[in-house]
Amino acid sequence: MKTRRVSKIGMAVIYAVLIAWAVISLIPLYWVFTTSLQQPGEVDVMPPKLIPTVISRYLPLRLSGEAEEAAALVDGALESYRLLFRKTNMGRWFLNSLMISLCATTGILLLDSMAAFSFAKKEFPGRNFLFWLMVGTMTIPGQVLLVPMFMVVRELNLVNTPWAVLLPQLSMVFGVFMLRQFMLTIPSELMEAARIDGASEFGIYWRIMLPLAKPGLATLAILTFTSSWNSFLWPLIAIQKSEWFTLPVGLKTLQDQNLVNYSLLMSGAAVAAVPMIIVFLSFQKYFVKGLTLGGVKG
Amino acid sequence: MLKRIWKARSGYLFILPKFVFFTVFVLVPIIWSFFVSFQEYRIFGTEWVGLRNFRDALQDDLFWMAVSNTLRYAVVVTPCSVAIALILASLIHPLRPGAQTFFRAAFYLPTVASSVVISMVWRWIFQTRYGLANYFLSLVGIEPINWLHSSAWALRSVIIMAVLTPPGVGVILYLAAMGSIPESLYEAARIDGANRLMQWWKITVPLVKPTTLYLLIVSTIGSFQVFDQVMMMTQGGPGYATTTIVHRIYNVAFRDFEFGYAGAMSMLLFAAVIVLALIQSKLVSSDAEYKG
Repeated sequence: MKTRRVSKIGMAVIYAVLIAWAVISLIPLYWVFTTSLQQPGEVDVMPPKLIPTVISRYLPLRLSGEAEEAAALVDGALESYRLLFRKTNMGRWFLNSLMISLCATTGILLLDSMAAFSFAKKEFPGRNFLFWLMVGTMTIPGQVLLVPMFMVVRELNLVNTPWAVLLPQLSMVFGVFMLRQFMLTIPSELMEAARIDGASEFGIYWRIMLPLAKPGLATLAILTFTSSWNSFLWPLIAIQKSEWFTLPVGLKTLQDQNLVNYSLLMSGAAVAAVPMIIVFLSFQKYFVKGLTLGGVKG
Repeated sequence: MLKRIWKARSGYLFILPKFVFFTVFVLVPIIWSFFVSFQEYRIFGTEWVGLRNFRDALQDDLFWMAVSNTLRYAVVVTPCSVAIALILASLIHPLRPGAQTFFRAAFYLPTVASSVVISMVWRWIFQTRYGLANYFLSLVGIEPINWLHSSAWALRSVIIMAVLTPPGVGVILYLAAMGSIPESLYEAARIDGANRLMQWWKITVPLVKPTTLYLLIVSTIGSFQVFDQVMMMTQGGPGYATTTIVHRIYNVAFRDFEFGYAGAMSMLLFAAVIVLALIQSKLVSSDAEYKG
């Protein structure tokens, strides 16, 4: 495929630069986990412990047969996580975020695929106008609409309920645009054949369009889930009650209350980051596809 | 006409659910935002105040402070992150597919962790006495810096964090763009005796220009809306040294509850973003024509 050759030295230089840059890029995430596994006394030291004690000492202890001490070491390393789930609302916030992100993803997949199906495969007066009206609003940055959005949510009496975080997400237009582009590439003959066989319009959508649009749906699901899980500013505004905080807002409160307990703060950050890292590593190709297909990240 | 609409009713029905949410949470706020910025909100009802909110904003030192902080952030972060994305993608592109996937993941990983998580750990890295940043500086003999608590360094710290967080989206988009450049162009250049750097400068860079333009616009809009990092790392402080436009809007609207004033600032922000996007697309496209 590629005929361009790079000399051996050139390759070595490229790898050196990339590896160095990757290390710099990944240090912050590494530092989240390292700090979270340290006990309070180990955090405020100079020079900092670049490798957590539990990692550097566990194997030597095990190999020299001191299983009890090794177990105590692991126990101590998990101390801040224990504190996090016992003394703060972290578990609750985690569930809130999980529920809201899952509902947002399901809702968006359903609503957007229906709308996209109609825009891509049906003829009706005003279709183009409605489509461009929706897509046109994508250029408006969400932050510009914070105040009127808050007023709408307040009028609907949704402030301090999870609905205030969930429902506005269902209005995002990106997915309609992306899925329509995807569905335009699906041949219409399949629909016609089903129609002749007496399938209802909903049947065509549900049994023909959705299965064929699976790759597009998977991509949209991943992008929606991540952006929902990570969103911060809007939930910060819409929710003031601790019981309905999402994880990022909860982390903000945690930080406000424990300004210098870095191992506790970092264990909280780790709890928020791990699901996203797992989702990303398992669905990497969908991230790449989604970004190159639709341009913007949700 | 009515008959045509009735015949096509299933088309409307499929759009209806989405359109309900779109109307309530997008169209209504857009329309409302025009009214909000011309009103003043009191405990008992509202009052029309014409352009007063806009005048207040333009005469407010704190607003201009926020604008200047945001500009200083955007002017450094946008070009740096696009340039870094271009360089990283150019280095990754010649590698084997396996290595490509690895580096693409490494540079995208910090993007999937939320900005809140990233900001929290950077606040810790920038801690004055025990932070990693000052530790690394001490290794090369530089005196510790009071990163987040001095007005000289606080904004710089936020900028450093943004520049060192790799532009994962940019790398992916550039790689996709570079993958679609026909190999024959490079072969022709090689026959003409162009070295690799010249090939890169004369072929790769001009041909990925649409991606560059897209990233510049998206990244500018993004840096004009910077909020999470500031909120998590400095709360806009010390003093107002790191207050950004969105942070100011947030404080005015949801701490002081001056919705009208915050609405006016939002409109000004929106206008600025649109104007900037237009200028950038003009600049980059005329540049492309110029080089032919």
